[in-house]
Amino acid sequence: MSILLSNISKKFGTFTALDNINLEIPEGELVALLGPSGCGKTTLLRIIAGLESTDQGRVLISGQDRTDHDVSQRGIGFVFQHYALFRHMTVFENVAFGLRVKPRRERPNNDFITKKVHALLELVQLDWLHDRYPDQLSGGQRQRIALARALAVEPSVLLLDEPFGALDASVRKDLRQWLRNLHHDLNVTSIFVTHDQEEAMEVASQVVVLNHGRIEQQGSPGDIYDHPANAFVSRFIGHTNIFDLEEHDADWLQTAGLPTANWQGKIAHVRPHDIVIEKSTSHSDAFVTLKDWQHLGSLIRIELVKSGSHGSAASVYAEMPNDQFRRLHLKKGDKVDLRIRHAHWFH
Amino acid sequence: MARSSIMPGFRPTIGFTVAYVCLVVLIPLSTLVFRSFQLSWDDYVHIITNQRVLSSFRVSFSTSLIAALVASFFGFIVAWVLVRYSFFGKRFFHALIDFPFALPTAVAGIVLATIFQPSGFLGKLLIDVFGVQVAFKPLGIVMALIFISIPFVVRTVEPVLLEFESSMEEAASSLGATRWQVFGKIIFPNVFPALLTGFALAFARGVGEYGSVIFIAGNLPYVSEIVPLLIVTKLEQFDIEGATAIALTMLVISFLLLLLINMLQYWVRKRSGQL
Amino acid sequence: MNAMTQPVSPAKLVERQPLALQDADWVRWSLIAIAVSFISLFICLPLGLVIFKAFSKGVAAYWAALSEPDALAAIKLTVLTALVTVPLNTVFGVAAAWAITRFEFKGKSLLTTLIDLPFSVSPVISGLIFVLVFGAEGWVGDWLIERDIKIIFAIPGIMLATLFITFPFVARQLIPLMQEMGNQEEEAALSLGASGWKTFWAVTVPNIKWALLYGVLLCNARAMGEFGAVSVVSGHIRGLTNTLPLHVEVNYNEYNIVGAFAGASILAALAVVTLILKTALEWRQANR
Repeated sequence: MSILLSNISKKFGTFTALDNINLEIPEGELVALLGPSGCGKTTLLRIIAGLESTDQGRVLISGQDRTDHDVSQRGIGFVFQHYALFRHMTVFENVAFGLRVKPRRERPNNDFITKKVHALLELVQLDWLHDRYPDQLSGGQRQRIALARALAVEPSVLLLDEPFGALDASVRKDLRQWLRNLHHDLNVTSIFVTHDQEEAMEVASQVVVLNHGRIEQQGSPGDIYDHPANAFVSRFIGHTNIFDLEEHDADWLQTAGLPTANWQGKIAHVRPHDIVIEKSTSHSDAFVTLKDWQHLGSLIRIELVKSGSHGSAASVYAEMPNDQFRRLHLKKGDKVDLRIRHAHWFH
Repeated sequence: MARSSIMPGFRPTIGFTVAYVCLVVLIPLSTLVFRSFQLSWDDYVHIITNQRVLSSFRVSFSTSLIAALVASFFGFIVAWVLVRYSFFGKRFFHALIDFPFALPTAVAGIVLATIFQPSGFLGKLLIDVFGVQVAFKPLGIVMALIFISIPFVVRTVEPVLLEFESSMEEAASSLGATRWQVFGKIIFPNVFPALLTGFALAFARGVGEYGSVIFIAGNLPYVSEIVPLLIVTKLEQFDIEGATAIALTMLVISFLLLLLINMLQYWVRKRSGQL
Repeated sequence: MNAMTQPVSPAKLVERQPLALQDADWVRWSLIAIAVSFISLFICLPLGLVIFKAFSKGVAAYWAALSEPDALAAIKLTVLTALVTVPLNTVFGVAAAWAITRFEFKGKSLLTTLIDLPFSVSPVISGLIFVLVFGAEGWVGDWLIERDIKIIFAIPGIMLATLFITFPFVARQLIPLMQEMGNQEEEAALSLGASGWKTFWAVTVPNIKWALLYGVLLCNARAMGEFGAVSVVSGHIRGLTNTLPLHVEVNYNEYNIVGAFAGASILAALAVVTLILKTALEWRQANR
């Protein structure tokens, strides 16, 4: 189901959590609400769920205004950051809860509930744990049970608050892929909150970047990475070198191959992989020294030191594939020539 | 005894502690047991099955049970309100909860007797409106025991409610549960073990309570005479054997009841996956 | 910038109940009404009554009741009892907490149970056991009579019974706290060359002082207010073995209402002061 948020604002005392948010989420998407902590992303998710009230604005789910609906009547599934499993109930009873609390007229019979719960537990591959209590499960298992529980009521929208936040790094990797596949199979509109840009880029089909209660940019992961709308997004998504340009930077920018028109007072953001280096042939021209490098798996991150005209030194980072770096035969302390293929310009 | 630390002072502190415990607690308390062994079984049975003694046990345990139940009910509401809602004077009420702990029992006794006696502020009201006399009846004992039971219930339930994970409630709501279902299926089962503890503490305290009860009870044999008072009466009549036998019986029953409640609690926690 | 204009930090707002946890207004207000009337009826009313009754015949009668010799003797004995028992139980509490939380040994849980035991024994039985040991027919009764030493129906009996009743208070406060603290700080001090005593005074005491004070406060309140146990061993000799609670009882039974409530008002004031200090200490500990 599609979700439409219009003019949503929320204040806590004098702290503005959300400032006039407008957002449209088409049906079937897997959307990440991404931003630093305190940006309002969790508040926004809780407002969609009906766990939080709005000061102003409407929440529409598949075209119907649900702003004044209680959380129990919104038809959403919510997966909490720390899962919030009912610790006094077995895994089975946890998943069955949403079916058992339905009003008597709509409540399915026991056979149906048993079948449905086991089907859901099989979906999350944990049926063998059905008679355990939450305290006896690992983090990843709890996470999947929480998801099964939320899916039991067949929500029109699935909301997940920092779904991987409380997990070990290795479990997190697996679950990300699993969630993506699950979403592909179920095709239920899903929104998850995260502060981890890598996670957002890897899992989501759409990313919404928030900061200080405002939406900075919305788009596909590729869009956002390749065409950041502003300096904040560019800095927040992926790594970037930031050049706060002054007059004396003209020379080396020229040498590095960047167009120099109208750069005064601007800021250039350059992705590390947009920096190409070669061993310098003419020592006199070279102004960049290779200081160190780190292995990042298939990539090498190279730390370069650029000596400024006033003797000040600044680090620049470049990235390139392993084998390419090996072919350059560079050593620490070598002078290198530097070329910038592409930069984003911001004020 | 094994030391497993570089910390100094094990010998003096443990020596002093054990000696002090023996002197102040263990030796006096064990006299009670030894003294009872000097009685023959027949004498013991004769003392305990005396009608007046049996009545006093019935009065003590039934009034304590009722008082602990009433205090548990209202104590839960008080704890709930103090944790969950904000209202004017909340801190003041919060601090007042411990008043029955802090107030000497004799003072509590004469105050409650004064309030509930037929000419007293509430006593008169209750007689005029409901035709119920509280003071000098078993009901008076219940009132006094409710007074001293409140803090036990409130102070055991409060921290559990305070630390209750609110996301569990939100999760239940998001799954479609009504507010009542959230309370009945999520909150109450999680708070119940603590409530049971509070109930047990209140009950145990009630059975042994003396000072706050004797002024309001009327102390009529067979009707409103509690076990501790009977022990004192026996002592005043220099019937040491009688006092000892009754005291030991009461101690044993109280411990058995506490054990039972502990087991019940273990069972509740186990069944709800909290162990 | 003054406090009014400072933004509320989001962390502080955790106290605010989220939408889904709010109860309907009528539920909230009826529960508040029930709780407030219950507390008012059972707690505020008795408190008010003590004061009202004490001054029912005027301030002069109140003072007269308190300055009467028997009343003064009772107050003196009560203070004396507290002065003896509270320090003893405080020293015991600290020693027991140190031994239990800083070392592992066999029988530790038994010791902890024994320390808690006086809490679950009826005050009357607490008095009775001392009669059984020291009374005329008691264990050492004959031996005491030969040497003309009086313990029961005398001040030492009152002290002993009070010691038993107030025995767990300080230890009970300290044990959980010191358990939670662990002994890393003390080990650090010892590894830096501090002596055992020095470590205790410089590291342990500053960490436990508020809990210690709290325990002493409760211990003192109970020592001054104990009725049942003391009543069994005291013998109710006026001006001699009557503590203040016993003095209240005697006056009440003799229909000397002003006398009874004047004594009661002092004990109630003690309770109120204890509550205030207790609340202050709780705030202190919470904001530490």
